[in-house]
Amino acid sequence: MSRLPSGQRHAIRFSLNGKPCAGEAEPRLLLTDFLRHQIGVTGTHVGCEHGVCGACTIDIDGQPARACLTLAVQIDGCKVRTVESLAPSPGRLGILQSAFKRNHALQCGFCTAGILMSLDCFLRDHPRPDEESIRDFLSGHLCRCTGYTPIVRAALEAAAELADDLSREKTDA
Amino acid sequence: MKPAAFDYVRAEHLDEVLDVLGREGGDARILAGGQSLLPMLNMRLAKPGTIIDIMRLPELARIDSKAGTITVGAGVRQASLLDWPELGRSLRLAALALPWTGHAQTRSRGTVCGSIAHADPSAELPLVLQALKGEVHLRSARRRRRVTARDFFAGMMATTRADEEMIEAVSFPAGLEHCAFREVARRHGDFAIVACAAVKTGEGVRLAVGGVADMPVARDFPCLRGSALDDALNGFAYELEARDDVHASARYRRDLVRAIGRDLVREVLP
Repeated sequence: MSRLPSGQRHAIRFSLNGKPCAGEAEPRLLLTDFLRHQIGVTGTHVGCEHGVCGACTIDIDGQPARACLTLAVQIDGCKVRTVESLAPSPGRLGILQSAFKRNHALQCGFCTAGILMSLDCFLRDHPRPDEESIRDFLSGHLCRCTGYTPIVRAALEAAAELADDLSREKTDA
Repeated sequence: MKPAAFDYVRAEHLDEVLDVLGREGGDARILAGGQSLLPMLNMRLAKPGTIIDIMRLPELARIDSKAGTITVGAGVRQASLLDWPELGRSLRLAALALPWTGHAQTRSRGTVCGSIAHADPSAELPLVLQALKGEVHLRSARRRRRVTARDFFAGMMATTRADEEMIEAVSFPAGLEHCAFREVARRHGDFAIVACAAVKTGEGVRLAVGGVADMPVARDFPCLRGSALDDALNGFAYELEARDDVHASARYRRDLVRAIGRDLVREVLP
């Protein structure tokens, strides 16, 4: 058993976007604030802070999760992926991000990082989704700009492109 | 919107959890998936001195099926139960209700027992426990006991769990396949304005309603049809003592109980 006393900072080691990462956090520090202020990855946004809006959604051990409903000390030893992991290199966009740009699936962009990370997890597990399942999955996110239609279109387009990539890989092999 | 200070205990053995609960009792809270507790901490509706994280205990992450009973450990996440291959056959009501429990992004971490421990009157899993007459397995350093759903829920976010007790598991009777679930909420996955579950019993039907009274309430009805059914449902709707709030009026809630209740009873009674 380890007891981490309040008011003190404790070492946390985890994997961030495929690389080992370490930081320090008091027990009460939320993962959102830890990532943004301690680690300096500010792509994850802080919205409602009670799990309703979905802006802070990230990938923890392969599953979409609310960073605002997670303590930083809980992720010791976990694999964390944030929106920073999606672009293949600086100045380039990933497939899902490009589909969002083409389809105007964002306006103010506040909800976008969370939606991208959710859909990134979803499309990995569901390579050929239909519109209904995407809409059901998106019910865990609030977007006040787009009305969701372009987001759904972007997700379907990205899914088709990703599936195409997969089948091409199979033919090449 | 930030939690007040607390000590964080990462338990590696169940004894440690029971020991800390025994010593600190009401000032300690169990953290499992955190999808109910973290909002309470963030809004400072809960200010425990100690948080005990139980998610590193593999023995709590088990789903057991034996002798006609499904036992779900305190570490089983809602997504894991939803993905359990036997769910549709063994625990059909949970299979129907779980897609309505939060969102995929919260079910990935939230636990079955955590939602029941939180005892929100609008939540789906307490309703399922009540509808199926399930049991809560409580454990402290001194004793183990099982409490029926009916005796466990004590009011709005209140239960009969003692301060030194933890929920070790919850159990449901297996194989009740004639059941139905329906919910009305502002957005799919939000807390229910009204949620109803119906289960066919030997003599008739059990109807359970969440989101109206201060806890989920189950009632057994004989085989009723037509106006007798309507009268019984009307009586039940009034007994729940619905209240007006920002989401819906008491009258609308009663109307939903009557309408959804009638549909579900017709669905489960051939």
